[in-house]
Amino acid sequence: MYRIIETQELAPTITRLTVEAPLVAKKRKAGNFVIVRATPTGERIPLTIVDSDPEKGTIVLIVQAIGKTTHIISELRAGYHFEDVVGPLGEPTPVSEFGTVVCIGGGVGTAVIYPIARALKAAGNRVISIVGARNRELIILEDEMAAVSDKLIVTTDDGSYGKKGFVTDALQEIIDVQGKPDAVYAIGPFPMMRAVADVTREPDIRTWVSLNPIMMDGTGMCGACRVSVGGELKFACVDGPEFDAHQVNFDELIARNQTYAGPEQKALETWKNRVETTDCRQL
Amino acid sequence: MSDNGQDSNPAGSKGQKRSRVIALKPRERMKIPRHLPDEQDPKERITNFCEVSEGFNIEKALEEATRCLECNDPVCMKACPVNVDIPAFIQLLYQGDYDGAIRKIRESNYLPAICGRVCPQENLCENSCIVGKKLEPLAIGKMERFLADYEAQRGSFTPPPVASSKGQSVAVVGSGPGGLTVAAELAQMGYDVTIFEALHEAGGVLKYGIPEFRLPKQIVDEEVERIKALGVKIETNVIIGRTLTIDELLGEMGFGAVYIGTGAGSPRFLNIPGENLSGVYSASELLTRVNLMKAYKFPEFDTPLKMGKKVVVLGGGDVAMDAVRTSKRLGPEQTLLLYRRSREEMPARLEEVHHAEEEGIEFHFLTSPVAIHGDANGWVKSIECQKMELGEPDEQGRRRPIPVEGSNFTIETDTVVVAIGQSPNPIIQQTTPGLETTKWGTITVDESGATSRPGIFAGGDISRGGATVIQAVADGKQASRSIDAYLTKLRSEGVEESGRETADQRESTGK
Repeated sequence: MYRIIETQELAPTITRLTVEAPLVAKKRKAGNFVIVRATPTGERIPLTIVDSDPEKGTIVLIVQAIGKTTHIISELRAGYHFEDVVGPLGEPTPVSEFGTVVCIGGGVGTAVIYPIARALKAAGNRVISIVGARNRELIILEDEMAAVSDKLIVTTDDGSYGKKGFVTDALQEIIDVQGKPDAVYAIGPFPMMRAVADVTREPDIRTWVSLNPIMMDGTGMCGACRVSVGGELKFACVDGPEFDAHQVNFDELIARNQTYAGPEQKALETWKNRVETTDCRQL
Repeated sequence: MSDNGQDSNPAGSKGQKRSRVIALKPRERMKIPRHLPDEQDPKERITNFCEVSEGFNIEKALEEATRCLECNDPVCMKACPVNVDIPAFIQLLYQGDYDGAIRKIRESNYLPAICGRVCPQENLCENSCIVGKKLEPLAIGKMERFLADYEAQRGSFTPPPVASSKGQSVAVVGSGPGGLTVAAELAQMGYDVTIFEALHEAGGVLKYGIPEFRLPKQIVDEEVERIKALGVKIETNVIIGRTLTIDELLGEMGFGAVYIGTGAGSPRFLNIPGENLSGVYSASELLTRVNLMKAYKFPEFDTPLKMGKKVVVLGGGDVAMDAVRTSKRLGPEQTLLLYRRSREEMPARLEEVHHAEEEGIEFHFLTSPVAIHGDANGWVKSIECQKMELGEPDEQGRRRPIPVEGSNFTIETDTVVVAIGQSPNPIIQQTTPGLETTKWGTITVDESGATSRPGIFAGGDISRGGATVIQAVADGKQASRSIDAYLTKLRSEGVEESGRETADQRESTGK
């Protein structure tokens, strides 16, 4: 039983969950993820482990309600439980002392970059973080990121908070004003990560991205998460999820991620209609 | 079944031996034709996932048992990888001692309901059956399945006796056929056995790989329950190599020995252009979505699967057959299978090839894919192929396919399934220092199932790279004897620290 200890709404549609998973909590390193299943008929989806408490045997997950499964997870409350939680999966983030590192989180990707930024800071790096979102409401973990960064820059697409513009604009400014950082970690939507890779390719800055392609078992057994990295076939679940941003074939990845867009939309609509028409006592 | 399992039992109740009224002479027995089980009509079954073969009813099973010649030198038994005493169980069946017959099988094989369905009997026991030299061999597999199903139907299973506790514990990694067998064998010997399973359900390839229409998942669950009845514990959602390591199992968790039966589930790809387009699946992904995650019941179950109008499956083994027949049931207009050699060289079971043909699968032999082409959205549009011809036999005696120059042609398609084989699951090899592996990524074992590290044993596909369910069972039996010998030696040496505290320790670390 993977009991939920606490939930918190970080922003509209974005929820933080503290979940009992003692074995995972004990082993987890920055960059690891878990595969969860919310219900007995549910699908298996990957979620990054944002934080863990080995003493209490808990892990922290952050989820954005996009499809049916993430909507269901967003509605879980303390005392409820996940059907399954398995991990920690993936290779941990390569953390060492690089010097100055820029950590970029886009949207809910900030939840994924946070543990990495913290690990990089703990390893003795000077950490400059950029957190971006479409608008002020969707900026998450600002205080947490500030606490593990030497400098934090917030950007919003609409200018409702922080600097107006994209995270890449802020990154470009850092490069132009302060010079090349020693490494960049960028996590967010695929187009954002591709844009970051494009910015750092020419000045040849070592850049990592964390990929979240379609996944099922998370142990290298289905091949759904395969990506082309430097022309080689890699499985994000066991070879990643972090890869050299300049080697990743993002176009292919973006197309592949649309594979189930149709059925997923249908599942979400069916589920939403069910909620609207179902007696509240049965929820 | 016409039989209701009680009064109409034509062989009488258990223990009351059927008199040899029909004490037929061998020549007369051989006149009885092999019985065939009823099967779902192909037109009907391609619209559902229910089991194809309905198995024997009691009359057919008894009549089939009559065909056995009771050879002095039962070669069928030798041909069985686990040496099931086939003449003895058939004799018990003939006598109407159904409980005795299934117990006889279970002495050698703890998974009769499964092996009765998925064993390639035509290459093993039935291939060596003396009756089969002149006529059709006995339907040994179907009788095995009947006995297992009839026992389940009557609810007459009683766990075999378990030896008194040896005070030592064994960890089994993976709950496929090999792991389940090791657990059953060792539990009966008195060891405290815990199986660790990475997925959320026990059964391994029996759950994620083999389709419902060949092996209903309820049958797997029932076999798993019979193993739990021996006192075996199963921990799902634990990935050894990630959640816990082999060294932790042997160290702080106090297990005396470990058996690795993690199988070969990592899909191989062709490394041709276009293989990462949307609409290209590995057979593993397709089958896991459908079998384990029940995508065929979407949206009742949440896992989606997108099948197009025309599906092309690449490969010629059992997995390819499972993939193509699964695809067919998901409703495309056309379902093709491309294989680079000819029908004779296909490694798939004949029964399944036959079933696939009945179901309207179009086979294209001597056809090899060269590239997959996509549309503007990155979806599969067509597959480019090359005709092949057969050359000299390779090391395994199969004639090697050679491309025919200038023979390229294109098949329009929107879904491609790559079913050209699986590699060993790599996680344990990567996370267990000192564990020797081969260049194919399999774990090196000796004849006893022992790996390069003391106390660690392995078998099945993780050491063979890709074999059968029954071979995994055979390896499991061999390894359980070796593990028993290893732990017995430890006991006699007085190194008993292993088993003692494990239960408490595991409680404290448990979920």
